[in-house]
Amino acid sequence: MSNILRHSKMLLGALALAATTATTTPVWAEAESQDPIKITLHDWTGQLITTQIMGEVLIRNGYNVEYVTADYIAQFAGLKTGDLHVAMEIWETTGRDAMDEATATGNVVNLGETGMQAIEEWWYPAYMKERCPGLPNWEALNDCAEAFSTAETAPNGRYLGGPVTWGGYDDERAEALGLEYEVVHAGTDAALFAELESAYQRQAPILLWVYAPHWAPVKFEGEWVDFPAYTAECYSDESWGSNPDAAYDCGKPRGPIWKVAWAGLEDKWPGAHALVSNFNINNDEMGAMVAAVDLEGRSVDDVVGEWMKTNENRWSTWSQ
Amino acid sequence: MTDIPTSTDPSLKEEPVPRRFFQRPLVMIWCAALAAAVTFATFAEPYAPWAFKYPRAWRLELYFDGKFIELKNWISKVVDWLISDASFGLFTFTELTRGVSWIMERPYILAKSLLSTGFLEGQGSAAIQILPPLSWIAVIVIIVAMARFARDRKLAALVGACFLYLALFNQWSSAMVTLSSIVIAVPFGVAGGLLIGIAAHRSRIVKMIVSPVLDLMQTVPVFAYLVPILVLFGFGPVSAIIATIIYAMPPMVRITMLALKQVPGEIIDLGNMVGCTRRQMTWRVMVPSAMSSLMIGVNQVIMLSLNMVIIASMIGAGGLGYDVLASLRRLDIGAGIEAGVGIVVLAIALDRLSQAFASREPSEHREERPSALWRRFPYTAVCLAVVLATGILGLFWGWAQAWPAAWSITTGDFWSELVKYININFFDELETFKNALLLNVLIPFKRFLIAIPWPVAMALLGLAGYSLGGWRLGVLCALLCLFVASVGLWSKAMVTVYLCGISVMFACLIGIPVGIAAAERERVWRVVRVVIDTLQTLPSFVYLMPVVMLFRVGDFTAMIAVVAYALAPAVRYTAHGIRQVDPQLLEAGVVSGCTPGQLLRKIKLKLALPEIMLGINQTIMLALSMLVITALVGTRELGQEVYIALTKADIGRGLVAGFCVAFIAIIADRLITAGAQRARARLGLQ
Repeated sequence: MSNILRHSKMLLGALALAATTATTTPVWAEAESQDPIKITLHDWTGQLITTQIMGEVLIRNGYNVEYVTADYIAQFAGLKTGDLHVAMEIWETTGRDAMDEATATGNVVNLGETGMQAIEEWWYPAYMKERCPGLPNWEALNDCAEAFSTAETAPNGRYLGGPVTWGGYDDERAEALGLEYEVVHAGTDAALFAELESAYQRQAPILLWVYAPHWAPVKFEGEWVDFPAYTAECYSDESWGSNPDAAYDCGKPRGPIWKVAWAGLEDKWPGAHALVSNFNINNDEMGAMVAAVDLEGRSVDDVVGEWMKTNENRWSTWSQ
Repeated sequence: MTDIPTSTDPSLKEEPVPRRFFQRPLVMIWCAALAAAVTFATFAEPYAPWAFKYPRAWRLELYFDGKFIELKNWISKVVDWLISDASFGLFTFTELTRGVSWIMERPYILAKSLLSTGFLEGQGSAAIQILPPLSWIAVIVIIVAMARFARDRKLAALVGACFLYLALFNQWSSAMVTLSSIVIAVPFGVAGGLLIGIAAHRSRIVKMIVSPVLDLMQTVPVFAYLVPILVLFGFGPVSAIIATIIYAMPPMVRITMLALKQVPGEIIDLGNMVGCTRRQMTWRVMVPSAMSSLMIGVNQVIMLSLNMVIIASMIGAGGLGYDVLASLRRLDIGAGIEAGVGIVVLAIALDRLSQAFASREPSEHREERPSALWRRFPYTAVCLAVVLATGILGLFWGWAQAWPAAWSITTGDFWSELVKYININFFDELETFKNALLLNVLIPFKRFLIAIPWPVAMALLGLAGYSLGGWRLGVLCALLCLFVASVGLWSKAMVTVYLCGISVMFACLIGIPVGIAAAERERVWRVVRVVIDTLQTLPSFVYLMPVVMLFRVGDFTAMIAVVAYALAPAVRYTAHGIRQVDPQLLEAGVVSGCTPGQLLRKIKLKLALPEIMLGINQTIMLALSMLVITALVGTRELGQEVYIALTKADIGRGLVAGFCVAFIAIIADRLITAGAQRARARLGLQ
């Protein structure tokens, strides 16, 4: 979209055509369709950056790209029918079910990891460590339940979990590990971080679900609680772990962020299929870019442009 | 409210000497029923556990493909079948819906090219601009000229200021995206509503089908039908426009039906006398003479379309709604407010403009028309000149085409800092206040409602329906109640009733006194009107996040959001009701020596009661429509059920929960309307 606007000062088509070809010198992907490849945009910055990097790379390889704003889960309906073609960030932790359901139909394919790892866990701001010295060990949580409590939950602590739609088994986890905490669910991601911002401003106690890559762990100083590490058995086998009678007595899984595409992508745009499959970026790069946009107020275009410039040797190899 | 049904008894009219209160039959039935209900709720649990938890085996099941399955799964299966298998012989159902969306996309692309992207050759990033979009100067000049043409300079200044705000705060490009979907959704909504309304006016059968459908369209939360729409009409702005139309059309249908009914008989007779055909009668006689009422419908369609901007942006409409969502995700409260106010000013400009066109006096015919075209159409001529001039200027100077970002202003950190200041300095006081209310009012009320066994609620609602509107209404209420229980959503529905009930109570406690105070003071009313208009059009998401920061997630925050949104009708209807009290009755009151207090209590409030009840009715409807938004701050009710279904793309689950919300709304609406009618009859107003 921004590309179109950038060229919007031309009046005559011919002039504009000349200008476009001169400035971007595309290597027209021969014999592949010039229909636009539709990539989905969601409403968090990291995803916008990932998607626009992918889009830029595709454009410079001569493909036609169109960005479509779509809901994270609802987009699968579009990917199945071929209305949408590529989705750049499906998190193992939140999108797995929807992704599995979609790939099972055969109309959607998983194009592998983006290179980023999703981390999701109970998190507290650094100043809480003074009030609860045993942290980050999870066993210290019960000693500090009082410190993390509010009027509604006292004497139990209060843990603010993600929206129920994210899953995450926090109610079960608190139960299985015998944590004296009440699990309260925020309705959205925005509400979750609004509470964190509010508590941080007052240096008030808070324990909540934070995930990375995201701007929050960059902006606020804090740590993740150390639970017993996740294994598949922990979730499926009750006898595993410290509580012999319950599953979920461990931390949350950490997992890759996946790329998915409409199954027809490979036939229609084989080169683009290769580019998307080879896309790779890591958590630190992404964290820095998200912070540049959300905390320093730079534009996504600007940050993406800079990454494209400094990493040309990387993305130019993705076509192989 | 409850004393109206019990204290009015139809038998009163026949008997000159009223019986004592407790001897009236209905009152006695009610006392007996309540006593039985309390006894049942307290003691019956060990004997009738099914009344306290609806048994799974009794759930509503429907037949599909050889076996009976639960309703929500049945709906999902049917939609699946529609998408993949249904066919009309020549083409499939999916091809039909895709065809519709292709047709709707044409005008949308035109509007978007004109306002936002320019005319393009090709698609996606390979597209080449052939013609630029209208420049910001041209759009402002056109809209100002329309306002001047429709009314006067004052309106032109207001509308111009609204659009200038969009440029000044750097909202221009997003606002034009939003505007281009609004200018498509509104005509479709208006035309569709008008045609359906006319059809329903002409034929009883159509009317019988349309009425319940309208009820559902207005009360089923939008989130419930987003996924089916996406699946059927494809991904992108067109689906968002279709969802907007579904949401915004019902008032147009209702107003059309009402307006056509009110066309004076003399006019229709005249039409018959001059030998109109049926078509001429409709389009040449009825519609023109109902025009001023119809324009109210147009106005409603515009306002509701703008209410949908946020939700439409969730499924690909982009524009201002997307800006609001994205800025709140990074907790940039200021940017969220600026974009939100962008939606408000757009609503104000379009609303005032449409009202002006509605009430415009047609200028008298002048005999000699100026010969030069530009003098005959001065406004069009000026607009065309500006469009051309800025188009050409824009080739050389960018600022004439697109508003330069360097000229923009912003409130920057002001709002975030303000919230931070309140947060740091007053959090404890707010917390104490919240806890007091929560522990003493909200939680006990919630526990009370959840403890009511479903058969008891069903029986009492049935009885209420019977005593207010006869046995038909009673049966309807009881059946709708049974539906909610039979799909396994009873407890969530009760939490819904609790959240809405408590919010409506607070909205009335605030709104009715404000309405009374503003009714007779023109200045106060002007201020109040701006406040309630803003609260209704400002996307609640904008103020929801600061409220979360001050009150944490949960029922209390949700309640504040609902009250803020649902306040408007309570104020508006109360003020309207008091203003329309017959001045002669007031004079009679003054003559017989009423104090101002007595005048208010004994005359004004009594006579305004039916209007106030309709206001409460509307408040309830708006409160229910906010449910989906409150789910975003973590409430656990039907709104959350709809929201979960949306994120899991579970069509059946979302629609079933949506129907439950709709049925709660319908029960409340029917009971209150019946009550208001009785009150009217008793006061001799009809």
